[in-house]
Amino acid sequence: MTAAPEVLAIRARPHPASALSAVLTLGWRAMLKIKHVPFQLFDVSVMPIMFTLLFTWIFGGALAGTPREYIQYLLPGILVQTIVFITVYTGVGLNTDIHKGLHDRFRSLPMWQGAPIFGALAGDLFRYSVASLLILIVGFILGFRPQGGALGVLLAAALVMTFCFALSWLWIIVGMLVRTPESVMTTSFVFLMPLTFASDIFVNLATMPGWLQAFVGRNPVTHLASASRKLMHGQPALADAGWVLVASALIVLVASPIAMRLYRKER
Amino acid sequence: MTNAIETNGLAKSFKTTRALDGVDLRIREGSVYGLLGPNGAGKTTTIRILATLLKPTAGTATVLGHDVVREAKIVRQKVSLTGQYASVDEDLTGQENLVLVGRLLGLAWRAAKQRATELLEAFGLSDAAGRQVLTYSGGERRRIDIAASLVAIPEILFLDEPTTGLDPRSRTQVWELVRRIAAAGTTVLLTTQYLDEADRLAERLAVIDHGRVIAEGTSRELKASVGSNALHVRLVSADQRALAQQLVSRVLGDGVLPATDPTEVAARLESPAQAAAVLSALTDGKVEIAQFSVGNPSLDEVFLALTGRPAEESKQ
Repeated sequence: MTAAPEVLAIRARPHPASALSAVLTLGWRAMLKIKHVPFQLFDVSVMPIMFTLLFTWIFGGALAGTPREYIQYLLPGILVQTIVFITVYTGVGLNTDIHKGLHDRFRSLPMWQGAPIFGALAGDLFRYSVASLLILIVGFILGFRPQGGALGVLLAAALVMTFCFALSWLWIIVGMLVRTPESVMTTSFVFLMPLTFASDIFVNLATMPGWLQAFVGRNPVTHLASASRKLMHGQPALADAGWVLVASALIVLVASPIAMRLYRKER
Repeated sequence: MTNAIETNGLAKSFKTTRALDGVDLRIREGSVYGLLGPNGAGKTTTIRILATLLKPTAGTATVLGHDVVREAKIVRQKVSLTGQYASVDEDLTGQENLVLVGRLLGLAWRAAKQRATELLEAFGLSDAAGRQVLTYSGGERRRIDIAASLVAIPEILFLDEPTTGLDPRSRTQVWELVRRIAAAGTTVLLTTQYLDEADRLAERLAVIDHGRVIAEGTSRELKASVGSNALHVRLVSADQRALAQQLVSRVLGDGVLPATDPTEVAARLESPAQAAAVLSALTDGKVEIAQFSVGNPSLDEVFLALTGRPAEESKQ
């Protein structure tokens, strides 16, 4: 070690990073993590591909006549399911930072204290985009042909991102309340399992018994899947999309102040 | 002389425990100051309050004249904290971690990269720069962690148990770094459980126990309260302890220190030469000795001398 005195000499500290620059830097960190731990992309690649293949080829014929017909119905829903599931990682990541002591470093830096949360969300939006792209490519290979064209697909993806951005706030709250990253996962899955499976992702709402329809019909994931399907196939989706946007806004309005408060809480 | 750090009646309560119970500190600018105490004594809580991570329940603390609660943002601009657990991202490389901190502190990309390279070299981590921190040894990890606190050199550096869990060689390296950092003008406040560490690095230290400062001074003053030399005798059998204590006190008078280990007898020596007399008294008395040593008093003994009871660990 050859620490020359000038390396350690006190110099004027730079002007602290702006909130935006701090958020972008922390988003960059999230991307570096994907680069170093590519296994993180397992959930967003192998899982949805497996689901798509499984449902298309095994159930597709029975559910829609032919697998090719079924994938036109299924693919937008699989996209929704995948992205909704990986929203958990926002909470898991922040919980890990607190656990490992990185949180202390961030909090003692002279930057905007909300930056780590928004940085994590920015990194997640990138992850969601990668996942969406992968699923669409696989879908396309399997015969998915969106009638709404590129614009429809983009609008659907944007709607999914909006809802997932909102949903992430809930897992941030969970991430601040439970002790370990593992329990963030298990706690979140308790909610996510019924939310994604009791929806119209796999089968049409009309095929379900009445009492179930009542629940599934009110599930925001159902509206998100319907809206995505309609947008991708160029059908009017205003009602479903509106429902999703209102739900997203409500979640953000209620959850984000709680999450921020919990995040700033001393520990 | 201005004080870099000043606390008055600093107190902090968590749900069920009182971690700090009125701590008054005056830490001179440009010095290395040690907080010495067992686990749970309140060392970490003190440092976390000073680094603006915790708010005190009562009392005040100022860092370079700025109140840590009301002027937290200004304080953060002037201090750095290296916690007990590596506060770097293990998934990232050493280089990336330093660039990350540099960017968050407001350096441009180029400047952040340049500074990272410079620090990695100064800390002997150039070869490890491109590896994930996950793969670092304990010593490398501690050094990258301290380096991350120096991306912009702070006026005050807080080091929480900087050498706990390190092998002797890495320990010496960290000590060397701390000396250089202090020599370059940064005030260093470190916590430690080891008296010898405080002794080597800190000009002054405060002994903390149960959230209170129970002694303050230079390490020489502090050790004088225990005697600069301590004798440790480990017995083969605990049965002979009473006999051994009796023989030792016959030679040293009231120098016998209460010890926690049932096979151990500890005593304060006026001079190392007294050890020979004790040894022959014990051998004559047919006491079977497993180990016999003269050295610095341990933290335990300082505690015993200061509080009259062993430094038991109190959980936060």
